Amino acid sequence: MTGSRVRLGVDIGGTFTDVVLDMPSGMVSTKVLTTHGAPEDGILVGLKQVCAKADIEPGAIDQIIHGTTLATNALIERRGAKTALITTEGFRDVIEMRTESRFEQYDLNLVLPEPLLPRQSRFTVAGRIDAQGRELVPMDRGEIAAVVDAIAAAGYRSVAVGLIHSYLNPEHERLVREVLAERLPEASVSLSSDVSPQMREYERFNTTVANAYIKPLMHSYLMRLKGRLAEEGTGCPVFLMHSGGGIISLESAAEFPVRLVESGPAGGAVFAADLARRHRLDRVLSFDMGGTTAKICLIRGGTPKTARVFEVARSYRFKKGSGMPISIPVIDMVEIGAGGGSLAHTDALRQIRVGPESAGSEPGPACYGRGGERPAVTDADLVLGKLDPAEFAGGSFTLDRAASEQALTAYLGDAIGGDAETLAFGVAEVVDETMANAARVHAVENGEDLADYTMIAFGGAAPLHAARLCEKLGIARMLVPQGAGVGSAIGFLKAPFSFEATRSVYMRLSAFDGGAVRDLLTDLQAEATAFVRTCDAEAPIEAEFKAHMRYAGQGWEVPVILSPEDAADPDPERLRALFEDVYARLFDRTVEGMDVEVTVWAVDARTPVAAIEPVCPCPEGGIARADGTRALFDQAQGRRNSAAILRRETLEPGQGADGPAVITEAETTVIVPASRRARALPDGTIELTPKEDRA
Amino acid sequence: MSTPGDVARQVMWNRLISVVEEQAQALVRTAFSTSVREAGDLSAGVYDDRGLMMAQAVTGTPGHVNAMAESVGHFIRRIGRENMFEGDVYITNNPWEGTGHLHDITVVTPAFRQGRLVGFFACTAHVVDVGGRGFGADGASVYEEGIHIPIMKLAERGTMNATLIAMVRGNVREADQVVGDIHALATCNGIGLRRLAEMMDEFAMADLSDIAAYIFENSRRATLERIAALPRESAASEMVIDGFATPITLRVALEVRQDRILCDFAGTSGTDPRGINVPLVYTKAYACYALKCAVAPEIPNNAASLAPFEVTAPEHSIVNAVHPAPVALRHVIGHMIPDAVFGALDLILPGVVPAEGAGSLCNFQVSLRPVVAGQGARAEVLTFNSGGAGARPAFDGLNATAFPSGVMTMPIEATEHTGPVIIWRKELRPDSAGAGQYRGGLGQVMEVGAAEGYQFDFSAMFDRVGHPARGRRGGAGGAPTTIARSDGTAMQGKGRQAVPPGKRVLLAFPGGGGYGDPEARDKALIRRDLARGYISAEAAQADYGMGADEVGEVLDAVARGEWTE
Repeated sequence: MTGSRVRLGVDIGGTFTDVVLDMPSGMVSTKVLTTHGAPEDGILVGLKQVCAKADIEPGAIDQIIHGTTLATNALIERRGAKTALITTEGFRDVIEMRTESRFEQYDLNLVLPEPLLPRQSRFTVAGRIDAQGRELVPMDRGEIAAVVDAIAAAGYRSVAVGLIHSYLNPEHERLVREVLAERLPEASVSLSSDVSPQMREYERFNTTVANAYIKPLMHSYLMRLKGRLAEEGTGCPVFLMHSGGGIISLESAAEFPVRLVESGPAGGAVFAADLARRHRLDRVLSFDMGGTTAKICLIRGGTPKTARVFEVARSYRFKKGSGMPISIPVIDMVEIGAGGGSLAHTDALRQIRVGPESAGSEPGPACYGRGGERPAVTDADLVLGKLDPAEFAGGSFTLDRAASEQALTAYLGDAIGGDAETLAFGVAEVVDETMANAARVHAVENGEDLADYTMIAFGGAAPLHAARLCEKLGIARMLVPQGAGVGSAIGFLKAPFSFEATRSVYMRLSAFDGGAVRDLLTDLQAEATAFVRTCDAEAPIEAEFKAHMRYAGQGWEVPVILSPEDAADPDPERLRALFEDVYARLFDRTVEGMDVEVTVWAVDARTPVAAIEPVCPCPEGGIARADGTRALFDQAQGRRNSAAILRRETLEPGQGADGPAVITEAETTVIVPASRRARALPDGTIELTPKEDRA
Repeated sequence: MSTPGDVARQVMWNRLISVVEEQAQALVRTAFSTSVREAGDLSAGVYDDRGLMMAQAVTGTPGHVNAMAESVGHFIRRIGRENMFEGDVYITNNPWEGTGHLHDITVVTPAFRQGRLVGFFACTAHVVDVGGRGFGADGASVYEEGIHIPIMKLAERGTMNATLIAMVRGNVREADQVVGDIHALATCNGIGLRRLAEMMDEFAMADLSDIAAYIFENSRRATLERIAALPRESAASEMVIDGFATPITLRVALEVRQDRILCDFAGTSGTDPRGINVPLVYTKAYACYALKCAVAPEIPNNAASLAPFEVTAPEHSIVNAVHPAPVALRHVIGHMIPDAVFGALDLILPGVVPAEGAGSLCNFQVSLRPVVAGQGARAEVLTFNSGGAGARPAFDGLNATAFPSGVMTMPIEATEHTGPVIIWRKELRPDSAGAGQYRGGLGQVMEVGAAEGYQFDFSAMFDRVGHPARGRRGGAGGAPTTIARSDGTAMQGKGRQAVPPGKRVLLAFPGGGGYGDPEARDKALIRRDLARGYISAEAAQADYGMGADEVGEVLDAVARGEWTE
């Protein structure tokens, strides 16, 4: 991961494939349409474009880092392989019975999402491991063989194996794999003890089934990509961004493709984290708002927050519980159905609601004039003066303000009353409050107080709404980086190679075995390091040690970071003190007299993150010259003001202006409300701060 | 007419809802009992200074809805406003002033702003044990069902009541879990206080009266609009269920008026000698839940949106049990109330409500002990499980999914970590759903035993053994509950029963009733149900008239792997 090489970042999204070429002399980027039938074709088109722009041969590329929504979309659209599950007798329906609950309490006509595999594709075998990892009932090889033969006869291509308590003892799952290898060698196999060795059978089995389901597709795509690149003379190593924000080898991605879920947004978080480090920011809220959804992520000490469970394919208005849980290391993000295209409507209480239904790009918001009749967030933004009708998307088409007003009045006016501007104000406030609430809940779940955070806003719609979110969240400082349009692909190039090795070994601090813990952590470190070494032969490798801890009897753990010294000489009193410190920070109190236990041990090995060039403190550069004014509605003041118009490309470092102002550029507009002032930083980032804080 | 002020109030209302969601989340994260942390048997809400509920977290338990809403009023009356101080936390598990049985602990915390009482946070959770006979139907009075904590202070001005904690510790099995959960309840309200203070700072609010008035006015108006749109009619209906030793009749009379719906239980059976009686608060909660699902589902719960649903029942009936009636398993009867209410509502509002379903959660508790005294620890293990829900007017019933309760089941891997219990089986129960144009939801089968060296008592909490769910509009009934020992010995649907070492309990939980004539069912769905094994070949032929040839074709196609949905 040195800076002197030529590297390519590639992000395949639902609509566009973003390609960024990073060379010692600078970055070149392009956006091409995603080619859904053969996604590698789009990559090659983009690759040739950037190589031509930079005047280099494709063979000069040293490394490619790739992220993609293909895995996520295959799960959402159910386009995976014909897959079977082999599970413990008596537990055939775990992935169908889910949690036996309804995620929406009051809907009598609720429909639950179908499991990835229907019941006839789920097979059982006798044999049982207990909650201590001991064998209760042995497995019979002959019985497994009979099941495998049935699976073979039915023509399944991929097989998931999920057995009860296999996270404690994988022997039975391995025996099933052995029999599969003998009798059905062409099938792709995924064991739950490999894919996601965590307690809670529904999450583990579902994750394993998801992996098995997309494995043939992703394996075939990745191998084709490798071949096509080689044909084009780009024989360099290809790595994949995983959902945890690190990078894994192409072979490993082909084995555990479920780890690629949400790798695009993860790249966005890494992009924000890089900016955070360059600006020496310890606490950052990254806010990525596009056409359909907004993603919010917490970044502490230059590293995005991670979690161990993610929910994919939410089927019911993005409602929690309506998707499938995938337990893998992920960058912990909240994604909500709030983007520029999100549609506004009114509910039974005559209140404005926004999203999650989106107008998309066709027909789009009413102001696009492409047949959209219903008001979207972009329509409200236009009516409030946040957008210039003549300069949207670099002036490629003109927005129709009258159509926006008509849509707002027609769809919201009867229930709410008021003129189009008041309705637009309501829509903007509701969507901003929804996003602010999501950020707030997310912060609480992580025990964080947003008041001392800095927001980093990127994605086309974010700079229009970010300052209002800051007002609502009590966040003082906000940054809008350059290159926000291809943020995820840039993020890929900033990510370290990393691998987290985890093991479930329950241990109470009252029965602590320091020697065993030391040995376990040493093993995990060796496992994780060896993996990272396969990606990068030279770079130094750092290890972070973590114990997931709780009071004995609780069900949810908090991650506690151990120093290398703690790992080398584990001490129960020290672990207790570290745990209670984290717990008290989260929940304001500790519980006296309770034993504490560790459930999962983890070692995260990674190469150092890309070297950063810190941004120098910037002297005041005076007031930027305004290029006219326009009316801009200020949501905090509830009224219209005259706002200065600034051109982003003309701003010199240090130059700024007091709000109300709008800063325009081809891809987006930065709104500076009356409460804020803006200025340009030396790296081209726009900074917003409250007026009264001006130093 | 909307004004910028109304926009701000709408934002504040949403914020309050997110505050109570955070409050509930903190409880899940810090709780000890699997009933709370895995299953979500809890609730959380925020109240104005009069004790009127402004917002409630959407969690697993409609049963707590009105019950907790009324509870805060009892706290204000018993503690007295003049005795409320910053840093106080109050507690009770009184079934009549809390949420219906001793196992639910309710904690209330007053919120102060600049020294003035502005509101309350309340939360409730089901704990694993409260002493007494243990969780089950066997008590003859509430005194046998466990320790009673009258409304009192759990903390005063920030200092925990050590005497109370010691009393609880000394009177319950699994003391660590129960005391841990009490701490979690206090933590949960504490998080609520933190967020409310931030919100009041941000919006420069001196108190909650303005936002409370806005919430109540909007909710009342919206609810009344829905009620006014209903036909102004009356109807009555009956449903008979198992009870403990003698069957119970639930009789419901509904009357839709201009501005309210009256729901009365006159004619319902009297109080039972065993612990399956229901305090009125809990009856109100489930009757109200059923009406709200059908009439005004998307209007949030608060004092005003609940007020137009008036629920009454004669004293000493099983749905208005009076102290000291035993009430530990009030949920078994309480969960049946929505099906009873739907029976009457269907006569007024056809085509809206589902057929009858499993109704009650299929819970059981096992009390494990070593076969040789001293060789191992005792343990109490509680699990929540669901039968099938009733078919809807245009959809099949949900398989093994709780209704009306919304709690989750516990992962069996988590359950087996709480004690030496082995869950040998937990999967769907084929042929248990009532046939219909829309099929009922499938029930499930379970098989439960102890680890080697342990034996257990099994506390059963099941209904629909002798009275399975009935179908609607020509739909067939669901399969009944069955329960037996692995050696063939029959067991009772309710009550604590010893299971000898080495023996297991075999359980089959009920299916939901069907909706509409089975002959009208889409043939493709019948074939799909056969392919998935939801119905057997015999049932496909007997219930839906599928020919033997067609059955063979489907099963052959499954074996060849040609059925992919």
